[in-house]
Amino acid sequence: MPIGRSWSMNVFAALVVVALAAPLVVYPVFLMNVLCFALFACAFNLLIGYVGLLSFGHAMFFGFAAYISGHAVKSWGWDPLLGILIGTVVAAAMGLVAGAIAIRRQGIYFAMVTLALSQMVFFFCLQAKFTGGEDGIQAIPRRPLLGFIDIRNDFVLYYFVLLIFCIGFLIIYRTIHSPFGQVLKAIRENEARAISLGYAVDQFKLIAFVLSAALAGLAGATKAIVFQLASLTDVTWQMSGEVVLMTLVGGMGTVFGPIVGAAIIVSMQNYLSGFGEWVLVIQGVIFVTMVLLFRRGIVGEMIAFANRRWTAKRRQDELAIREVRPAE
Amino acid sequence: MFELIGVPPQALFGQLLLGLINGAFYALLSLGLAVIFGLMNVINFTHGAQYMMGAFCAWMLLTFAGIPYWGALVLAPIIIGITGILIERLFISRLYHLDHLYGLLLTFGLALIFEGLFRRQFGSSGLPYTNPIPGGTNLGFMFLPWYRAWVVAFSLTVCFATWFMIEKTQLGSYLRAATERPDLVQAFGINVPRMITLTYGFGVGLAALAGVLAAPIYSVNPVMGSNLIVVVFAVVVIGGMGSILGSILTGFGLGVVEGLTKVFYPEASNTVIFIIMAIVLMLRPQGLFGKPK
Repeated sequence: MPIGRSWSMNVFAALVVVALAAPLVVYPVFLMNVLCFALFACAFNLLIGYVGLLSFGHAMFFGFAAYISGHAVKSWGWDPLLGILIGTVVAAAMGLVAGAIAIRRQGIYFAMVTLALSQMVFFFCLQAKFTGGEDGIQAIPRRPLLGFIDIRNDFVLYYFVLLIFCIGFLIIYRTIHSPFGQVLKAIRENEARAISLGYAVDQFKLIAFVLSAALAGLAGATKAIVFQLASLTDVTWQMSGEVVLMTLVGGMGTVFGPIVGAAIIVSMQNYLSGFGEWVLVIQGVIFVTMVLLFRRGIVGEMIAFANRRWTAKRRQDELAIREVRPAE
Repeated sequence: MFELIGVPPQALFGQLLLGLINGAFYALLSLGLAVIFGLMNVINFTHGAQYMMGAFCAWMLLTFAGIPYWGALVLAPIIIGITGILIERLFISRLYHLDHLYGLLLTFGLALIFEGLFRRQFGSSGLPYTNPIPGGTNLGFMFLPWYRAWVVAFSLTVCFATWFMIEKTQLGSYLRAATERPDLVQAFGINVPRMITLTYGFGVGLAALAGVLAAPIYSVNPVMGSNLIVVVFAVVVIGGMGSILGSILTGFGLGVVEGLTKVFYPEASNTVIFIIMAIVLMLRPQGLFGKPK
């Protein structure tokens, strides 16, 4: 049968089991990096994959939330959980403002507007006092979580990050499969028709944008706690480009694509970190290859393949039935 | 020395001139973007990289072939324009039947490739390019370097020549017609795909020309384009891509506004264009010169 909901929940359960066991074999800090970027990419995918809005400035939420949570934990001495929460809330507020401005234009203009807004945030972070300019916020302490859970241990922190990721993922999953999500898909497919059906399209877009921004912020705020660092790298437009790349590689508009894409791109950066500028070139080559040859992305191509197989099999079955019938 | 609104005139007019020069680059680049977008519906993210390649092309022509600035001013746009034509034929032309966003993603990938290659080859510190017209004149209220005056005058000429070509010549009328209804223009026996290819080459050539002009002012640097292109996108959003003259005016105007901000409130000079963009979007979403849909 075509890939449906029960199928994807089973895959999700299997993935969680793998993720629970993963730190036994793989370095947990690397896994946490993958999880943060996977959540970031899932949040981005909510917009491009299900509303058809290409935001080229999602790094502003990711990076700025990292600064906020880093600052709250380091300078105000907040609990890491509260730090992550405030980062998420600030990102949501930013999403409300940026979204209200950006949804006034469609298509390519939307991408350019979000890119320009994120560049504005970048310059703000470069000049503001609390962000530490070029140095960023360094040595963010890993205070005990809720006052008693020691997250200085990477394994403990890993399971906390995994929990955050699962919550974020399930929020997105629930959104996509809700009536609200159906309207979003209708807007993606045919905005004019959605308007004519009486949907307040701009409100739907704005809510989706705020949700996506908040979850991108959640990912960034968590990353700041994990790496004990919030820096300018995370607010650059190159970072916005990276999350586009992750989603494109995994498959835009697929539930698991962004996770696969994030895992691939983060591992690639890990292994190629010694090659310096070649990483940029390789990323560019992947972009061009994906756009020209595999627009559905890895997961998207797999689903398309499975669906083709399924329809072919059904057609064969139908033929077999027809062959049997005349003999009756 | 007298003061104007609390600012010494040397600083004021100096920044004004710098603003005009930046405005010239904004105008040239947004003009190229607008021409390409009008015909192809593709936002050329490679534009910044092509501007950078224009500057590098001038530098290489000087260093390896001994061709001076004036030769590079003609040769570099042609060379980079030809690479643009190849890019259009090899890659972009395969995406016309798809959502425009794929064109954006493709050209973004190409921009990463070019920037990465140049950074690998030349580092990111920047290479000097000698000023071809050193010296200047003292106008009494400010010192005017010859080269900067040349950049403003020359880019204005190029902008208006482009405007004239598109709005007033027969070739331009074909181009405008193809922007509206490519199928009809094709039916009249005009080779629209070739026109698209040449237009892309022309837009890229404009970017490269801006790069050559920039080389003696800023050092030749692999990242010079990527930072500029984001600002140019904001300029394009503010102006709206509907009119050629609009692109030119917005480009120069915003350059001047940015220069003035540097004098009166330097902290905001990096962000002022983005703030203007946000305000324009709230009041007039289609842009200052755009046509409402």
